[in-house]
Amino acid sequence: MNTTTTQEPDAAESAAVAEISIEQKETEGLSQGQIVRRRFFRHRGALIAMIVLVFIVVLAFTSVGVDLWGLRIHGWWPYSWDQILPKVNNGVPTMSLVPPQFGQHPFGQDEVGRDIFAVVMRGAQQSLMVMVIAGVVATIIGVVIGAIAGYYRKATDSVLMRFTDIIITIPLIVIGAVLGRTFGSLGASVLGIVIGIFAWTTMARLVRGEFLTLREREFVDAARVSGARDRRIIFRHILPNAVGVIVVNATLLMAGAILLESALSYLGFGVQAPDTSLGKIVSDNQAAFSTRPWLFWWPGIFIIAIALCVNFIGDGLRDAFDPRQKKMPSERAMRRAARAGGPVVPILDAVDPKGPQTVTVAMESVYTGDVVNYHDQRPEEPGDVQNDPLNPER
Amino acid sequence: MASFIIRRLIASVFVLLAATFLMYILVSLSGDPLGDLRASNSPNKDELMAARTKLLNLDVPPPLRYFLWLGALFRGDFGFSVQNQPVNILLGNAITSTLTLVTTAVVVAIFLGLIVGIVSALRQYSGFDYSVTLLAFLFFSLPIFWVAVLLKQYGAIRVNDWLGDPTISIPVIIGVSLVAGVLWMSVIGGNWKRRWIVFGVSAVATAAVLTYFSVTEWFADPSIGIVVYSALALGIAFGITAISTGLRNRKAVYASLIVAVLGIALYFPMLNYILNGMTLWFFLLLAVLAVVVSGAVGWFMGAPDRGPVMRTTAIVGFLCAAFIALEKYMSYWQAYANSSRVRGRPIATVGASTPGLGGNFWVQGIDLYTHLLLPTIAILLVSFASYARYSRASLLEVMNQDYIRTARAKGLTQRTVIVRHAFRNALIPITTIIAFDVGAIIGGAVVTETVFGWSGMGRLFIDGLRMVDPNPVMAFFVVTGTLAVLFNLIADLVYAGLDPRIKVG
Repeated sequence: MNTTTTQEPDAAESAAVAEISIEQKETEGLSQGQIVRRRFFRHRGALIAMIVLVFIVVLAFTSVGVDLWGLRIHGWWPYSWDQILPKVNNGVPTMSLVPPQFGQHPFGQDEVGRDIFAVVMRGAQQSLMVMVIAGVVATIIGVVIGAIAGYYRKATDSVLMRFTDIIITIPLIVIGAVLGRTFGSLGASVLGIVIGIFAWTTMARLVRGEFLTLREREFVDAARVSGARDRRIIFRHILPNAVGVIVVNATLLMAGAILLESALSYLGFGVQAPDTSLGKIVSDNQAAFSTRPWLFWWPGIFIIAIALCVNFIGDGLRDAFDPRQKKMPSERAMRRAARAGGPVVPILDAVDPKGPQTVTVAMESVYTGDVVNYHDQRPEEPGDVQNDPLNPER
Repeated sequence: MASFIIRRLIASVFVLLAATFLMYILVSLSGDPLGDLRASNSPNKDELMAARTKLLNLDVPPPLRYFLWLGALFRGDFGFSVQNQPVNILLGNAITSTLTLVTTAVVVAIFLGLIVGIVSALRQYSGFDYSVTLLAFLFFSLPIFWVAVLLKQYGAIRVNDWLGDPTISIPVIIGVSLVAGVLWMSVIGGNWKRRWIVFGVSAVATAAVLTYFSVTEWFADPSIGIVVYSALALGIAFGITAISTGLRNRKAVYASLIVAVLGIALYFPMLNYILNGMTLWFFLLLAVLAVVVSGAVGWFMGAPDRGPVMRTTAIVGFLCAAFIALEKYMSYWQAYANSSRVRGRPIATVGASTPGLGGNFWVQGIDLYTHLLLPTIAILLVSFASYARYSRASLLEVMNQDYIRTARAKGLTQRTVIVRHAFRNALIPITTIIAFDVGAIIGGAVVTETVFGWSGMGRLFIDGLRMVDPNPVMAFFVVTGTLAVLFNLIADLVYAGLDPRIKVG
């Protein structure tokens, strides 16, 4: 199958060595944050998704302006999303590639004459707001509940996890519909909070699992022995180590939230008229698919684009935080690396052990300079700061 | 183990009670069931309001009303809707249609998801893998209702138009053949020479089949025929044996060939005599019989190591029987499509059956499948994507384990390593994910049922919520909540059963 690497043992060996050295070179002397950031920006899909998402956000919020709680700022787009205009060309989209032009109503108009570009931008604003608010609320609740349950264990854990079980029993779309019926008319931000209040269960379970393993680690013992209070241990010592799981799950949660919001609005239990959201636009216009398909295509494309971008960013973050499933360097890159320096010697601890450094072993052990890293394989040396964690002078 | 199950069951009951209480309060706060009567101006308004108040116990505050409702529930009574219909009857009809829909979708999603996930794991970082990953992300991000409207437009209206004149144009044939060629090329892999051969062969074969379908207008009156059936049966026998035991195992090869020949011999008697005048129970009995008989063939043939041979022949027998059933269905297709109720537009967009169609078992079956087709696609896209992703990740994780290296090192074939050692262990986490997912899918069918006009449980829920009708909404929740809790329990038990490292108790 893979003929190139198995031809001769020498080539295979030097390729393997090259792979290790590529890995080590790229993490050498960087902080955990820098490593993650680098890996993230190297994930091409995630980077493109990030750019597209930023573009959509900027477009949605600048074009038709903001209308929040009475605060109204006009955007650069000449029409408003609730303005009824005379129909141009019977509402057919004026945007075209050949000849390249935008025209007066690039996304067309609906049967009353509203400009669909403005409507879709307003819908995207609302959907994005629901997504972000739901994501933030759910993340905060989930992290707090999961952290407390995982850290205190015993009765606290049982009570909180049974509570989580109760919430998880109710499908999100069901609770969303019941509550959206009551709160949907209060606007997108309230809907976002309502979704967030019930969407935290997965996050809580994951964070709890992470805390259950992390709390047994030596650095937690060290912090406790040195007199740190529970709150400090939870938020300063354990939580930063669980940030990978949290961030990845938060993005997936947001992708779920935007789909949930659009489904609720489609069913009529989400954002209510006169305001609009992407799901509501589809719902209002689905009967007109054969006559005015653009009313249907544009909001759908925006939902998919936003959800897809968020999913890709989540995937990129997962790869960045958890390199176990990352892609191997391609054969060509490895050959190039092998050729560049002949048989490359892996850089095994060439750094001065006394200097500030970070050791990352498959995201498992994060040595940040103030705790003992029990995964560190280096032989113990008397006088090495790492060997006396309880020394107050350190 | 027993004490674990009992403790989990008791905990589940309490969780369910608490969840229903929460839901009951939320539902009763979501609106006033008397709202429509208050707004009306009928002369006997007050009497109607009093009657409804009495019917739904509206004079009792919600937390206490919950216990009245719960007491009735324990006696098996879901109460009445605002229209004074017993919810039990509404629920009975709704459960059947929702379960049909969801079961089909789940089975198809598991089947496709596992296959695609495994292939993409085995061909990691190939073109196929990247396309599957991209498609999975796309499916994750698709709003179901949007897809459903597209499916109605392109999957039903256009396909029905096309079925009126089922010829395939030459550009379409070329395009589909090229895509099929690329697909097979990246699935089978190998060096470039082999890839090009695979590409050429599969593209030409696809083009030939499509041209044949187009010229003979096969889709207007589809059938398999004894020749193709024989080839299919023998191909199934060889293919299944190659995957499950390997062709080196002569006993397995002969046993599955015997089963295939049995199938071919039964082709005409089945189609012409036995399958006429079918009922559902007889159909199921025949299916079980096919599996049992072919399993018995494997048992007699595979003397020292009977297990794997029996499994192989049972699968072969089931597939051979399934193709005979498919042939029987196909023979009724033309009659179905041209019947006065269907009028040449077989792919349905609304409801669960064509009203007043009549017909025998096979026609009813076709009718069910044509109605199931689009909603099933809509539901399974998301689950398919997640199963494909999970099985890929799970298989990759297993393939990096030491015991896989050991299995390779002792000289087992690639097939044995993957099927016996890797695949089985990769299934463990997937099983639990599927069990968790089933509860969610039933809840998620709400949107699909609304779009496709299935009068299932989702419809019951949505209509109940719109009309501020608490009892149907609660009935829906009792069913979905119980299923969710039950499947969570099953997930735990299955995990403990499959993975001896997990100890319960």
